[in-house]
Amino acid sequence: MRAATFFRLLFGVLAVVFLIAPLVAILPLAFTSSVFLTYPIPGYSMRWFNELANANVWRMSIINSLIIGTGTTLLAGTLGTLAALGLRNAGLVLPGLFRTVFLLPMVVPAVVLGVGMQVFFVHLGLANSYAGVIAAHSVVAVPFVVVSVTASLAGIDRRVERAAASLGASPFTVFRRVTLPLAMPGILSGAVFAFATSLDEVVLTLFVAGPNQRTLARQMFSSIRENISPAIAAAAFLFIVGTLLIAAIAVLVRRRMEKMKQPAEA
Amino acid sequence: MSETSLKGRLGALALVAPLVLFLAIFFAWPLASMLKESVSDPVGSHAFPLTAAVAGDWDRQSEPPEALKQAFVDDLRAIDDQQLLGDAVRRLNSAQNGFRTLMSRTIRAVEEQPEGPLDLVAVDKRWADVRFWRAVADSTNPYTDRYLLAALDYERDASGRIAALPAEASANTAILLRTLGIGAVVTLACALIGLPYAMLVASVDGWKRQALLGAVLLPLWTSLLVRTAAWFILLQEQGLINDTLMSLGLIGSPLPLIFNRLGVVIAMTHVLLPFMVLPIYSVLLSIPRNLMPAAASLGAPPWRAFLRVLLPLSLRGVVSGSLLVFMTAIGYYITPALIGGAQDQMISSVIAFYAIGSANWGMAGALGAILLVATLALYTVYGRLSADRAGGR
Repeated sequence: MRAATFFRLLFGVLAVVFLIAPLVAILPLAFTSSVFLTYPIPGYSMRWFNELANANVWRMSIINSLIIGTGTTLLAGTLGTLAALGLRNAGLVLPGLFRTVFLLPMVVPAVVLGVGMQVFFVHLGLANSYAGVIAAHSVVAVPFVVVSVTASLAGIDRRVERAAASLGASPFTVFRRVTLPLAMPGILSGAVFAFATSLDEVVLTLFVAGPNQRTLARQMFSSIRENISPAIAAAAFLFIVGTLLIAAIAVLVRRRMEKMKQPAEA
Repeated sequence: MSETSLKGRLGALALVAPLVLFLAIFFAWPLASMLKESVSDPVGSHAFPLTAAVAGDWDRQSEPPEALKQAFVDDLRAIDDQQLLGDAVRRLNSAQNGFRTLMSRTIRAVEEQPEGPLDLVAVDKRWADVRFWRAVADSTNPYTDRYLLAALDYERDASGRIAALPAEASANTAILLRTLGIGAVVTLACALIGLPYAMLVASVDGWKRQALLGAVLLPLWTSLLVRTAAWFILLQEQGLINDTLMSLGLIGSPLPLIFNRLGVVIAMTHVLLPFMVLPIYSVLLSIPRNLMPAAASLGAPPWRAFLRVLLPLSLRGVVSGSLLVFMTAIGYYITPALIGGAQDQMISSVIAFYAIGSANWGMAGALGAILLVATLALYTVYGRLSADRAGGR
């Protein structure tokens, strides 16, 4: 029995190391003073962050990622939230079909979708444009919004809305003053997912974006391929810190909203 | 009452309509245009419209009718788009060797005699050969199964029968098999790590469970590109793994870990492991906790209780997780592109090569169609399984 416990512990530690070590290993290299992405680190410096901020390709790609990420968050967030509200309505015909269709973009391989978009966007005149990249990113981001908003809508007690309606609130007022605030945590986490998806998207960007829409992820992809340098570790550091920051903000907002909700529920 | 429900119905439709419309334009339509590219062959029908109109009257075996020959000459006289003509010659040459010289000679003859009937056999005696006319007539069909057949290493021979390509010209089957092989190895590796891991998570409580789950979720939330870059750093020749092993004296020279199959499998297993652990974990949570003590109380030793009770019950999660991992793995592009060598590229890389590298939409579309069908089939099975589970509860 002792041996079994020991092996369980050993396996658990090894598996956790396998899962986490790569993420930890890349972070210190962002601060290396060397031009190589290798350990041991000869000295610490901020030169690679300066490179990100000052080298034109990196700065442009960061700005592009912010523009495209914001556009994707707004577009996918709006479309996904509306659709989740529709899915919740009992009057919707064939809800299962709609749900399946809304999740399909997560399933189709990105390269397949990319080829189709490249062919089709040329016809639409959307090739090499911000609008095209935002639309492409929104397609793959929208399932996350639908799932997240649907989950938070499912947690709303319908009686609260009926109570508001019975007190004379119009359907729009019920939506604005009751449903929307209660669903806000789900909408916000959906928006965070949408932004993160856009930030990380490489394959569709390869197919539909022109040189002027090169995103941070796309720039990282080509520099790993062509000229690997610690700038990649610095970009990865920004990615990880950015993800943690956004997640922290989402958690804080959610906490705050739950606090605001509590007096009403008590 | 019925009026309000009708209103509710329309309201619900109005809410889902924008997304349905958006996905129809930016998701379904692109996929449809990709599928169309895989069967379309528009060059011949654009370049030779008159020939296309009469090509259907010919049986493709007998001597081609005069009307067809005349239509072809008229088409050559009418064409003024040099790019289109060049594409058409390339298209004909790919169907029948020798067209390049034949066409340049014929075009010159047509230019010299801009009107009236022209004896093509006198221009070049190859025009007496029915195979050349068959290639011309075939090229005017706007649809083709050439790309789909080529994607599976088949072609139509001279008589129109489907035949296997010669071994030296066939690369796609090998790449398809390699894709399935890498997918299978990664799925197996994920199952071998994921099943015991999920069991470990389900068997502990409190902070231990939170920590073990967090270790799975943290990589899932981290950018795929960051994770791939991290593996690049770990696996490279002077990477942490080789450095550690060498300083421990376990190896004398760096192990080749990157730009080969081993590196691709390690990195993809890391990326896809959460998709295996989470479905198994959710199944394990639904298994009543008193089953194992019950088995023990009936005299089963722990290994037997595990084999006969826990393993069969968790198998459903393993199947769901495996389908999810395999389905995602066969479509992977980024990880093999960055960590793999030339011999580790999967079908997605080949599709990207045809689409971006050589603008061959037909082949990109055909290989894409195969990958799409395979993925959707796996997803359907996965959907059935999860629906069964939801219904069974």
